[in-house]
Amino acid sequence: MPELHELTAVEARAAIARAELAPAELLAGARARHDLVEPHIRAYRRVDFERAAAAAGRPRAGALAGLCLAIKDNIADVDGPTTCGSKILANYRSPYEAAVVSRVKAAGAVITGKTNLDEFAMGSSTENSAWGPSRNPFSLAHVTGGSSGGSASAVAAGSAQLALGSDTGGSIRQPAACCGVVGLKPTYGRVSRYGLVAFASSLDQIGPLARSVADAALLFGAIAGHDPRDATSARVELADYSAAAARGVRERLDGVRIGLPREYFGAGLDASVGDRVTEAAQHLERLGATVREVSLPMSRHAVAAYYVIATAEASSNLARFDGVRYGHRAGSAGAAAAWPPGSAPTGAPPSSLAELFAGSRGEGFGPEVKRRIILGTFVLSAGYYDAYYGQAQRVRAKIRAELEAVLQTVDLVLGPTMPTTAFRIGEKTADPLSMYLGDIYTTGANLAGIPALSLPGGTDRAGLPIGLQLMGRHFDEATILRVAAALEAHAYPPLTPVFPRAEVVA
Amino acid sequence: MSAQYVVAIGLECHAQLRTRSKLFCSCSTRFGDEPNANTCPVCLGLPGALPVLNGEAVRLAVLAGLALGCEIRERSVFERKNYFYPDLPKGYQISQYLYPLAVNGKMVIGAAGGTHKEIGIIRAHMEEDAGKLLHPEGDGRYSQVDLNRCGTPLLEIVSAPDLSSPQEAKTYLQSLREILVHVGVCDGVMEEGSLRCDANVSLGTPRDRLCGTRTEIKNLNSFRFLEQALEYEIERQRGVLDRGERVIQETRGYDAERRVTYSQRSKEDAHDYRYFPEPDLRPLLVPPALVARVASALTELPAARRARFVAAFGVSEADAELLTSQRELADYFEEVVRATGDGKQAANWVQSELLRELNNRGLTAGQAPVRAAQTAELLQRISSGAITGPQGREVYAAMWAEGKDAGAVIRARGIERIGDVSTLAGMIAGVIAANPGPVADFRAGKERAFGFLMGQVMQRSKGQADPKVAQQLLRSALGG
Repeated sequence: MPELHELTAVEARAAIARAELAPAELLAGARARHDLVEPHIRAYRRVDFERAAAAAGRPRAGALAGLCLAIKDNIADVDGPTTCGSKILANYRSPYEAAVVSRVKAAGAVITGKTNLDEFAMGSSTENSAWGPSRNPFSLAHVTGGSSGGSASAVAAGSAQLALGSDTGGSIRQPAACCGVVGLKPTYGRVSRYGLVAFASSLDQIGPLARSVADAALLFGAIAGHDPRDATSARVELADYSAAAARGVRERLDGVRIGLPREYFGAGLDASVGDRVTEAAQHLERLGATVREVSLPMSRHAVAAYYVIATAEASSNLARFDGVRYGHRAGSAGAAAAWPPGSAPTGAPPSSLAELFAGSRGEGFGPEVKRRIILGTFVLSAGYYDAYYGQAQRVRAKIRAELEAVLQTVDLVLGPTMPTTAFRIGEKTADPLSMYLGDIYTTGANLAGIPALSLPGGTDRAGLPIGLQLMGRHFDEATILRVAAALEAHAYPPLTPVFPRAEVVA
Repeated sequence: MSAQYVVAIGLECHAQLRTRSKLFCSCSTRFGDEPNANTCPVCLGLPGALPVLNGEAVRLAVLAGLALGCEIRERSVFERKNYFYPDLPKGYQISQYLYPLAVNGKMVIGAAGGTHKEIGIIRAHMEEDAGKLLHPEGDGRYSQVDLNRCGTPLLEIVSAPDLSSPQEAKTYLQSLREILVHVGVCDGVMEEGSLRCDANVSLGTPRDRLCGTRTEIKNLNSFRFLEQALEYEIERQRGVLDRGERVIQETRGYDAERRVTYSQRSKEDAHDYRYFPEPDLRPLLVPPALVARVASALTELPAARRARFVAAFGVSEADAELLTSQRELADYFEEVVRATGDGKQAANWVQSELLRELNNRGLTAGQAPVRAAQTAELLQRISSGAITGPQGREVYAAMWAEGKDAGAVIRARGIERIGDVSTLAGMIAGVIAANPGPVADFRAGKERAFGFLMGQVMQRSKGQADPKVAQQLLRSALGG
């Protein structure tokens, strides 16, 4: 019998259903694990085991009954602050809860707390959190990936079985790859964004992080579906995602066509990662799938287009944080009381409206958020709009068309999630551009709105997880989950970090 | 010496669409509630909240667009207009920019000398209203924000610069208000901000009337202020040009007390709104079938109805003007006249008797407890001679007071006319017997005595004698 915190959600669910395990016991296991690992990994922004214990004591029926679930701290709940990892929202409490929070609660999940993230989900390492980075359970010196790094770290380390993340340019899949867990970015419109604090509205999507494909399928099935409060939410029929994952374990993949994009294997890709993708393709062939090379020439423009569109939308989405109605206001101590130790507002009290806006935002936002707001404001400004934002939208349309065309000839596209395994904390903070380039394989799915999943494909020689990415057609998460489950069952079993352990020597 | 200038004025009007709930959330649009009572995460712009478009607002906007002769675009796009202000909780206003809902309309207004003039409508687009700042008196340290109005649906209607005088601008705004109120898309209450107006004005040459630099005067929210502000601004620009200086492109305010416009913001300080398509909303698709459905509900516009009342029912221009000033009143009149067939009688009655009763009770024609059919029945009794006009007025008052039909009131009061010959002959014989003097006078040729005797007959019949029949019988009884 594995330790409680090592149980997958599906296993725990079955044990609870057979009355062999009480939700309170499962929670106690997660809590004990949390107490052990959290000082090292710092996955959570807020833990709430007392409230969770009360919820576990009143078990609810439902797909997630009794399962321990952590929520990224840019998804609104009413049990405490929703900080987005930002000083500007350090004391912000939402008066309403996100659609996904209502859904997981209704499905019986026990919510353990809110997880750390890059400020407003802007980053690929959680180093941009005002409260400092989370750490990778496979090596504490390495980043978790981001921006949903806290969610990935908590799931990998076992302080939650499941977690919700958000993915704008890879923010679910990258931390999943870094921390050796499964992360799914659903089709745009599949999961309600109502209550997700917006970074880039046309790209953002909430999705599951979990230790196995079946777990990810379980959570995804619980949160997917139309929501009238989100005008971009789709009315497209859902599939039985747990059944799709189970089918992948049970059946061969005869007839499934997999494409390997030639452009994904160029300069910048670590050999250890590239080799693993090639190996995974061979596994798929052995399971009956056909694998062929495909071409995505537009994909080299994805990062550029992404950083124009995402920052443009962010510059507008983050305008509401102005110090007038909530959050940090320059000259006022309210939010600053909840700021990280050692930080305090520096400016003088504002003497005009302009100073109030500038002071509140200047003190409240961190450097990466400011960088993106400035960039986004620039690309939308008069005289530059067409050259930047307009051009990026045209590139986006081409990327989407290209991916859709390729996905007419194959069922899935297989590739790496990231060009490398997790980098060291601090390694790239001085070089934002090299950090951005880590998004090269993930941004395409967001720009095209298609679903994509990262699956652990074993580890590199240093023991750091390698992420494999599967992209599919709009609203066809089922095929992704089926093939991912087959790879997991036949080639790459779920990883468990040996923890705590000494720092990995890369 | 003042040069010859030609004035070009264009108006941008914001009409509040008459919906119960806001444009992107279900909060009430009611006016006058406690500050911030009608707010929710969406209109407060709380993190994570998302807009969902109000379908009724779209229907009203389409209706307004059709009433203004616009073409309704099948696909229009909401965009974000970005700027910082404390009454704008999201830091952007959701509006339509490159792809407005309605374009290329026109409106006909009355012009000088009884002529008519066509004014182009460039576009009409949907957008949300902002909140309101309140500045507590005597304390400059802080302001308060009321976000009740935030997210209220507006239709911005942009005219072409076809207006050439303050008077025309005023007429345009009046006609616009009349149309919007008439088709029911806006309540037109300018004191509550339901219809607001900005004016662009420039002076050009007779050869090129649009060659001048324009200024924009903001917030001209009454017909009078619009006219006064434009009069001042035209004179101001004329003065500037006469001095050989140049008009500066700028935004100006109007000080109604001092009756002057004043500079608020020059072009150099103009915002860069950084419009881009609102990613939280899909493009608005208005299928032709919806436009057709809305169009079929579009009722006749006031100007057309006025003309028809004159032509079809023979009422005067002035009467038609008054009757069409309110749609419900015009409906009432039309129902009456369709039943009675007498336009002049119906017009007189509706304007005097009906309006008096309505005003006394503070009701609109649509709320009148005495329905048009009941009024028509009374008028028919008058024109058939069954009761007199003065009796009719008395009966009508009783109908309102007692809630009864004309027939019931007449029966209850016994005021139906007596036209029966034998009844009247008996009364006349009694009058002759009781008044030998006047009878002798009449027979001696004094015609005035006949009037006296006739009055006695009417008195004896308590006013119910049919005068024509009674006159004939009296004359023959007197042997005349």
